[in-house]
Amino acid sequence: MIEIEKLTKRFAQHTVVDDLSFRVQPGEVLGFLGPNGAGKSTTMKMLTGFLAPTSGSARIFGFDIQRQTLQAQRQIGYLPEGAPCYGDMQVRGFLEFIAEVRGFRGAEKRSRVAKAVEQVELEAVLGQSIETLSKGFKRRVGLAQAILHDPRALILDEPTDGLDPNQKHQVRQLIQNLATDKIIIISTHILEEVAAVCSRAVVIAAGKLVADGTPFELESRSRYHQAVTLVGEAPLDEAALAALPGVAGVERNAREHSLTVLAQPGQVIFPHVSALVAARGWSIKEMDVERGRLDEVFRSLTRGEAA
Amino acid sequence: MKQLPVVFKRELASYFATPLAYVFIVIFLVLSGVFTFYLGSFFERGQADLASFFNFHPWLYLFLVPALAMRLWAEERKSGTIELLMTLPITRSEAVGGKFLAAWAFAGLALLLTFPMVLTVNFLGDPDNGAILTGYLGSWLLAGGYLAIGSCLSALAKNQVIAFILTVCVCFLFIVSGFPLVLDAFSGWAPQALVDAVASLSFLTRFEAISKGVLDLRDLLYFASLILAWLAATAVVLDLKKAD
Repeated sequence: MIEIEKLTKRFAQHTVVDDLSFRVQPGEVLGFLGPNGAGKSTTMKMLTGFLAPTSGSARIFGFDIQRQTLQAQRQIGYLPEGAPCYGDMQVRGFLEFIAEVRGFRGAEKRSRVAKAVEQVELEAVLGQSIETLSKGFKRRVGLAQAILHDPRALILDEPTDGLDPNQKHQVRQLIQNLATDKIIIISTHILEEVAAVCSRAVVIAAGKLVADGTPFELESRSRYHQAVTLVGEAPLDEAALAALPGVAGVERNAREHSLTVLAQPGQVIFPHVSALVAARGWSIKEMDVERGRLDEVFRSLTRGEAA
Repeated sequence: MKQLPVVFKRELASYFATPLAYVFIVIFLVLSGVFTFYLGSFFERGQADLASFFNFHPWLYLFLVPALAMRLWAEERKSGTIELLMTLPITRSEAVGGKFLAAWAFAGLALLLTFPMVLTVNFLGDPDNGAILTGYLGSWLLAGGYLAIGSCLSALAKNQVIAFILTVCVCFLFIVSGFPLVLDAFSGWAPQALVDAVASLSFLTRFEAISKGVLDLRDLLYFASLILAWLAATAVVLDLKKAD
């Protein structure tokens, strides 16, 4: 378990992380969300013992990161932002160095390296020096060093930043494969990623926690949650739709003859809408129920407006 | 200190991963030859010793060793690998010590490659090889002192060039602190004890004693404590500055 309690970091006058508290249990994939500069990386740096918090504490499986730094760091695999690696080393040499630092020697070292290499598919570039690798490969080298000792907690700072869609998919697959018994914390500002891999999302803005829940719960905070979008052959009767029970409002979309009917919080309006469509005999090309728009929730949360 | 050899090994290997090591060794060997034979008048002196070789080391090191030390931490900070290194389960002293010892071992290797000098002087005459041995020891300790200073200043500066210039300046102060140039600035107003203290900080007097074959425990302690103090300062500076 990772316990973060009242974690605060101040640089000079500027408060980057402000009284942050939450807990993460094994098996959870926590998406750490926030706009750039919200304090995501700073929080991760404090979690991994790179930065000392101004106040508050973080414990990794019971080890306080400030007082039992080494024990705590042994539990963690960490991919820093930008996946820094020693550029002049070869991939194999670098991973062997990490394995030795993690205390593996001889045959065990080789098998650990081989397994990590296999998991992120680095076989083809083992003999290359890291600085000659493409961005995607560099990121994978960073991932390999983080998972090499099979850590109980994996902290990944923007693991898919700058990767192409295939590589993103691969990394997400890897995260999901690893997720069964570990704590995984990934920071990101890519919302599709949260929906794709995370079982829980924590949103911070200006260093403060503004939301904590499953991606589904976040989506349901959207005003588009349970909204019904209609695309008709002919103009639709807005007033009739707005008068239906549970409807909060009707929005006109950019597309011709397309309307989005918003639901009041907690209301399900799809049956009413579809009954009205049947009663009026409108010819409808498309009809969708939305789960909610994460980007809209994200925007309203991180700008300090109520969702 | 279990992980110190791991850090040491990686760091030492990284010198040879780039042309840096070879360039450094070649320049060191060429310059030490030039200094010994031309400026030091090795042949004209007609003496079977290596004084004209060792006498120039403090000045030769003044520019070469900071070049070796400047990358120690500045590069880690610039490339961000410091975040990787500091979040691995190794202690601060293992990281600082391992990197320093690797640089020091490398300087020692460059120094050992000057062995033809020893062969030459043995071929030409009958030197005191004990004094030559202590000369090498003194020279290596001197390099260690420069490196420890460079390690700390490299941790302070993110830019390698700035680290280099700072290190040259501080090392220069440590060389000349036994000279009238510095001492006169103190002798006018400061008590004699302070003037003596400043004078005793000088690399030159310590190094000259050792390189003449006088192994005084105080001189060894001087270098050991100087190195340890600057390495401790490196660890402190790292804690303060690593996140910048």
